[in-house]
Amino acid sequence: MAKSKIEGDKGLNVRMFITGLALVILYVIIISVLISVGVQFGIVIVIAAALIFSQYYFSDKIAMFSMHAKEVTPQQEPKLHQIVDRLCLLADMKKPRVGVAEMDIPNAFATGRSPSHAVICATRGLMNRLSDEELEAVLAHELSHVAHRDVAIMTIASGVGMLAGLVSRIALWSTMLSGGGRGKNGQQLVLLELATFLISIIIYVISFLLTMALSRYRELAADRSGAILIGKPSVLASALVHITGDMGKIPRTDLRKAEGMNAFFFAPALSGKTAASLFSTHPSLEVRLDQLNKLERELNG
Amino acid sequence: MFGRTKQVAPKLDGLFALPSAALTLQTELDLVSSGNAGLCFKAGSGESSITTDDEVMQLLNFDDTTGTVKITTDDLGFKWLVVTDPELDGLVTRIHGANTTMVEHGLGPRLLCAVFGFVPKTPPGDGSVRLVYLLKQGTFYPFAPTGPSQRDNELELRVRSFIGDDLPMEKDLSRWMALWNLPVT
Repeated sequence: MAKSKIEGDKGLNVRMFITGLALVILYVIIISVLISVGVQFGIVIVIAAALIFSQYYFSDKIAMFSMHAKEVTPQQEPKLHQIVDRLCLLADMKKPRVGVAEMDIPNAFATGRSPSHAVICATRGLMNRLSDEELEAVLAHELSHVAHRDVAIMTIASGVGMLAGLVSRIALWSTMLSGGGRGKNGQQLVLLELATFLISIIIYVISFLLTMALSRYRELAADRSGAILIGKPSVLASALVHITGDMGKIPRTDLRKAEGMNAFFFAPALSGKTAASLFSTHPSLEVRLDQLNKLERELNG
Repeated sequence: MFGRTKQVAPKLDGLFALPSAALTLQTELDLVSSGNAGLCFKAGSGESSITTDDEVMQLLNFDDTTGTVKITTDDLGFKWLVVTDPELDGLVTRIHGANTTMVEHGLGPRLLCAVFGFVPKTPPGDGSVRLVYLLKQGTFYPFAPTGPSQRDNELELRVRSFIGDDLPMEKDLSRWMALWNLPVT
């Protein structure tokens, strides 16, 4: 699925971790149910692989849909297209489709199964908050994700983890059955079943953590290539500061309009924070700024 | 319980902390009162007999020896009571008085916020800042617009860091909503 977005909020990361974990457990439960109703192992593996593949194949549509993003023409968003055109010329790559999500949270993401099916998206909040130069830096980061084929890499990584868990579960299950299931009493069977379930969850979690580590590494790689592409790491650093942490939380929405939406804004509901949090995980702002500072010294010092 | 919003009486006490915070603003950021303040409220919609601007003005019964008071309507259809007075204390007193009177006459639910303008004392300074007071919450936050939909977050956070102890500051940054093109300078 899509993986890039410019965010580094602690709360967000916690929520993403929990969401990811919940997804993993959901997968395990679905697979357990399939197995326990007697579906053959081979078919279960095919179903799991098909799920992962469709997640990859339709990554652009899934990400665009979940972010409420729409593709835009050069007439609708001339500035955004101009910047992408210029960057693609610089990077000598095919221009991806360009999209905009009408939300106030500053964010951007790149998605699509291959560079020729790629879409890069920015939210309205991102464009409102950043200068043209900073916007260019963020888009360069996203284009780097496209060039690095990060959607494919991350899908394969998470798919491999998922399949590893599944295969180990099936292996354990069949050992248990071939070990003379008939000779055991009901209580032992339940315990064995529980143990198998726990072990496969542990394998899923480990692969999930590894996938997150890989994702953080890909983010730093995209920061680096993006910054080198525009030749100004400090501009990307300044963009990151402007859209993460405290500054990213201050809205552009008008109080009077918000007032109309939530009666008397007693519990003002700008729940945007939860919308963007499903996808990947990012290194901390400090780590990213540190890398960009070093790069700035190397390039322009 | 269902679908009915509990009416919250405006919290006005926070307003009186403003003059001392203004001293800090002047010493630390070289910002002084612009002499303008505003009270934003929704136009009448029939639930009260007081609907026209004149009726509201009559109600408020201002003594206009030291400053001026007028009512304007903004692009979004909200009403603004705009007060001009060179003294910040005078602005605070008038805004507080207007609030109290409007609440007494059942207009409390219409009130949205109060805004006080601050400008650099020695131009060209760092840009001007409005301090917005959320009447339902009883909290302040800074708003420093720099264009039709741009605001200077750095300056806003700096203002918070200096006067955060003097004023009941809004802690939830996602409530620091913009007030684009407001009639208070």
